[in-house]
Amino acid sequence: MAQRVLIKGNEAIGKGALAAGCRFYFGYPITPQNDIPEFMSAELPKVGGTFIQAESEVASINMLLGAAATGARAMTSSSSPGISLKQEGISYLCGSEIPGVIVNMSRSGPGLGGIHPSQGDYFQATRGGGHGDYRTLVLAPSTAQENYDLTMLAFDLADKYRNPVLILGDALLGNIKEPVELKPYRKKPPRKDWALTGCKGRQQQILKSLYLADGELTERNWVLWKKYQSMQKEARWEEYRLEDAKLAVVAFGSVARILKSSVDMLRDKGHQVGILRPITLYPFPSQAVKETAQRVGRLMVVELNTGQMVEDVKLAAECQAQVDFYGRPPGSIPTPDELAKEILKVIKKGGAR
Amino acid sequence: MSAVAKVKMEQVFSPPRALKGKISHFCPGCQHGVIHRLVAEQLDASGVRENTIGVASVGCSVFLYDYFDVDVVEAPHGRAAAVATGVKRAQPDKFVFTYQGDGDLAAIGTAEIVHAANRGEKFTVVFVNNAVFGMTGGQMAPTTLLGQVTTTSPYGRQIEAAGPPIRMAEMLATLEGAGYVARVAVNNVKNLMKAKAALKRAFEYQTKGLGFGFVEVLSACPTNWKMNPVEANERVGKEMVAYFPLGVFKDAAKGA
Ligand SMILES: Cc1ncc(C[n+]2csc(CCOP(=O)(O)OP(=O)(O)O)c2C)c(N)n1
Ligand code: SF4
Repeated sequence: MAQRVLIKGNEAIGKGALAAGCRFYFGYPITPQNDIPEFMSAELPKVGGTFIQAESEVASINMLLGAAATGARAMTSSSSPGISLKQEGISYLCGSEIPGVIVNMSRSGPGLGGIHPSQGDYFQATRGGGHGDYRTLVLAPSTAQENYDLTMLAFDLADKYRNPVLILGDALLGNIKEPVELKPYRKKPPRKDWALTGCKGRQQQILKSLYLADGELTERNWVLWKKYQSMQKEARWEEYRLEDAKLAVVAFGSVARILKSSVDMLRDKGHQVGILRPITLYPFPSQAVKETAQRVGRLMVVELNTGQMVEDVKLAAECQAQVDFYGRPPGSIPTPDELAKEILKVIKKGGAR
Repeated sequence: MSAVAKVKMEQVFSPPRALKGKISHFCPGCQHGVIHRLVAEQLDASGVRENTIGVASVGCSVFLYDYFDVDVVEAPHGRAAAVATGVKRAQPDKFVFTYQGDGDLAAIGTAEIVHAANRGEKFTVVFVNNAVFGMTGGQMAPTTLLGQVTTTSPYGRQIEAAGPPIRMAEMLATLEGAGYVARVAVNNVKNLMKAKAALKRAFEYQTKGLGFGFVEVLSACPTNWKMNPVEANERVGKEMVAYFPLGVFKDAAKGA
């Protein structure tokens, strides 16, 4: 049986990374994710790994690029303002097809903002804050256990697609302390024939994103597009008490876990309400949202921001259902009670087909 | 059949194995080509070509991988020292070098080079100082000399607006962590020989595990200096060397 431990969400990320064979971590301190570099600085030397506290987030993402270019599993983590600085590197990772795992235990913005939990980085994570026509896989845990599990998955997906993978959590998910089952990592990381290890016994290899010859970049963008299309099958989501629901609440990450209590409370009072929780934000589980929209007829999106994922939900629902929205900008965490009241308002308003 | 007797000839000269022999895209009189050649010769001499990972930067030398027959990763503009840090830490037995211009290293990548040097990263930096942003069309660089006319200092570089030119080698030499720091030029044979020696020593810092090695090479950019190759070469010897003195600023492991 796997060991069960009581740990903080941030530590669960670190443990997941170590289990998945990550031996290189590059970071720069920022609240609320400092437990990750602190944990990695203590643990990596014990397993022959490397921890570097870089001079900036710009440097740390580029150190990751260098280590990962040689085939190593590497990770960096930060929080919102630091993730903004990593966008250049993320674009280059995508352009050069170098894998890597980037954790955003997001805080609140814009600007220096604050350190409250927030989901204000949804657009940045799913659209990519860097330049060019690229995509990154985005995983959104909602428990410390998922922090652990999805970090392992992130390394597998990164290697599978030779693409950066983002983990989007928030201050709540980083700091919550929960029991985590430390499932052993059983996958065998793939061979990386493309990695740079010196050209002994083979031709020179190059990892680059500059393409200037006629037509080359057009072709290159189509090749990447094809890869992003092939990622669509990685869509993951969780359905909670949706079977007979007359209203489906769509939410991800920390607020989704609070909503489970709200739904339980409402169910106790006889309201048929459930949750559809995207686990991958890119690819977005559009098909699941569309089918739920068709079946349930009524959707409500709840986010810890003023409305970002709701755009994806509306697109996916293709007007098959009315979509309501409740947003909570950073400053306070909504209680299950408060959210139940908001859901009740939508139920009372009616509007199901 | 030829009547000429077969004479056994000793090969006394050949292009470096570390270069691919591709015709370069550099402008006539550009010294990037000469510097490429010196670096390639040293890769051969040190016997590290097959174990090398080069880090290309953004500037006129971005096509490093087209010329050098070694593995190469392309870094974002200015980030070569951070990328090389990741490469070297993951592959400590490989020979790792960056090749960066003065826009790349002394402007946008200043933080990365300072901290890599101070951490004493065991890789080698070839820093090409041509006092302009070459690739983007000759704008002012942090190394542009006072009074020098560029496309963004059309009245000549003014100290009030742009500060004085930055001397990277001297600055890095003050860092406790930096191992070997030198400035060389390739404008005449004497200086070429010194440049060769400096590169050799900088490579040794890595191959012997002594630490961080940095060679600043003064270089001509005739195109953006609006000079012919001969004039540009002369300018290196006169104006550039006057402000950027040549020499070894630090050899922390002297004797090793
Ligand atoms: C983030 C970013 N900013 C600006 C540029 C444009 N750019 C390309 S090369 C360069 C400067 C090149 O000058 P230098 O490093 O001195 O090399 P040289 O071309 O002179 O050899 C600049 C500013 C870029 N590619 N990326
Ligand atoms: S622009 Fe200047 S640095 Fe660039 S290739 Fe031409 S001469 Fe060399």
